[in-house]
Amino acid sequence: MSIRLEHISLDYQDGGRTIHALKDINLEISDNQFIGLIGHTGSGKSSLIQHLNGLLHATSGAIYYNGENIYAEGYNMRQLRNKVGLVFQYPEHQLFEVDVFSDVCFGPKNQGLSREEVEARAKEAIELAGLDESYYRKSPFELSGGQKRRVAIAGVLAMKPEILVLDEPTAGLDPQGRDEILGQISKLKKERNMTIVLVSHSMEDVARYVDRLIVMNKGEAVFDGTPREVFRHYKELEKIGLAAPQVTYLMHELKRKGLDVNTDVITVEEAREELARVLKKSVVETEENTVQKSGDTTEENQSVFNQREQEDSSEC
Amino acid sequence: MSFIKLLKLVHNYVTIDEDGEVEEVNRAVDGVDAEINEGEFVAILGHNGSGKSTLAKHLNGLLFPDEGTVWIGGYDTKEEENLLKIRQTTGMVFQNPDNQIIGSIVEEDVAFGLENIGVETEKIWKRVAESLEAVGMTAYREQSPNRLSGGQKQRVAIAGVMAMRPKCIILDESTAMLDPVGRKEVIQTISQLNKEEGITVILITHYMEEAVCADRVFVMHEGHLVMEGNPREIFSQVETLKSYHLDVPQVTELAYELNKEGIMLPSDILTVDEMVDILCQLD
Repeated sequence: MSIRLEHISLDYQDGGRTIHALKDINLEISDNQFIGLIGHTGSGKSSLIQHLNGLLHATSGAIYYNGENIYAEGYNMRQLRNKVGLVFQYPEHQLFEVDVFSDVCFGPKNQGLSREEVEARAKEAIELAGLDESYYRKSPFELSGGQKRRVAIAGVLAMKPEILVLDEPTAGLDPQGRDEILGQISKLKKERNMTIVLVSHSMEDVARYVDRLIVMNKGEAVFDGTPREVFRHYKELEKIGLAAPQVTYLMHELKRKGLDVNTDVITVEEAREELARVLKKSVVETEENTVQKSGDTTEENQSVFNQREQEDSSEC
Repeated sequence: MSFIKLLKLVHNYVTIDEDGEVEEVNRAVDGVDAEINEGEFVAILGHNGSGKSTLAKHLNGLLFPDEGTVWIGGYDTKEEENLLKIRQTTGMVFQNPDNQIIGSIVEEDVAFGLENIGVETEKIWKRVAESLEAVGMTAYREQSPNRLSGGQKQRVAIAGVMAMRPKCIILDESTAMLDPVGRKEVIQTISQLNKEEGITVILITHYMEEAVCADRVFVMHEGHLVMEGNPREIFSQVETLKSYHLDVPQVTELAYELNKEGIMLPSDILTVDEMVDILCQLD
């Protein structure tokens, strides 16, 4: 599986003005990648993903799916839409059937498959989305936000896509719901070799889950690399409405204050390892000196706390 | 009496079948007692379905108690003649910025509420100008809201609420659809309104870093108010919060993890700056 975008641009008219929603995008998405797509509101993320299954047609440029130009005459667009599954924002708003099982069957049924095949696919998709048989006959409307979203994802998985594109699948979910959905998506990539494209506003989430991060700004892809490489540019990211994970800021700030830490840290686990390494080393060093100055410690701690009180609202 | 007082508040969502019989009763809020003082900044956390949005809708008379009582500025929400007063006292900002903007230019949108309650034109102009100034959107007053970013749209929505001169603003997941900078803009705006104008702020959010800015944090779980305290008291209880399907800010979690490794740090670190200060002292 591969999707290649060559010089993709999208223009549209708005009250006499030409808006350049996408400008000369070149990228290749290959097998079994977990790609994060970030960018501020209006940066072109949603326009970009709607090109991947032909919902939007570029003003210029070409898109190749497995080497075939999807804009060529006679190209089987229907087939493409089965291969590239798109999960929109708040997909639970699109649930409409009487129960979960029928809702998930809707897509494959429309593909013209036999009843056995449809049901087999629905069962598999519901399981892949992390739900069990007890949900089959439940009404989608009695489920929690996170569960509804899984049903919607199952509906797309039942079409057996090779690539799954999700537009902010965790918006509005609580932390546990968020972790569950992202864990499940990550499993699809690992166990089913699916390619995932995840649109997200959470820098912490993309840092934790994706292998490759593409950053959009004003219709252009401005960064494309591993999350670690991209978050090194945290200052540029801020200028375009984004940020780095909180722990990345922490490491940069510590370095600036003279602590010898590796700043290439993007998750809590990495920060823990790095700080444990640096601090344990310094604890050993200071212990050698503690005999002389052990009396000072309580006073020092007190001053730390006072300082903290004053700076309480610094991030608000 | 406190500005907002909830006494044994109960709210039931009742499902009725085709024959009009009660099929199911879902107790979304179950016996909540709480008080909020004027000028306070309270964050409400809780998993999806924990009852926090239902609770918020009781605070400006969108929902009424099935049991118990809610007083807003001394007015009982159950008495119909108090409703207008209550809705003018507390304003609400919702999740999706695109669903709350009505005007075709920014200042018209902000004026909408005032026109509806029949304020004189002169006064409307004055209040619109003041509100836009308060949220830092004066430069955009003659623009179309369509061209604004998500964070800017939410600031316009907040200005629309501010123009009504409420004593209290409730934000129901108003940052959920925003990018990091948009979220920051909204939080800074409401923190400022809270500190400088003395507006009571009630912020419902899934972003733990935002709750750090509050004076007090409420945690809801299955319709109950299960934790209440200042951000330090709440976020230092990492395990308890996780059991309620919640999280802590990354630096708080990091301090917790380092403690497990034998590096003793205070358990109530909330911000990057605090962590930096403490680690630099250790070194």
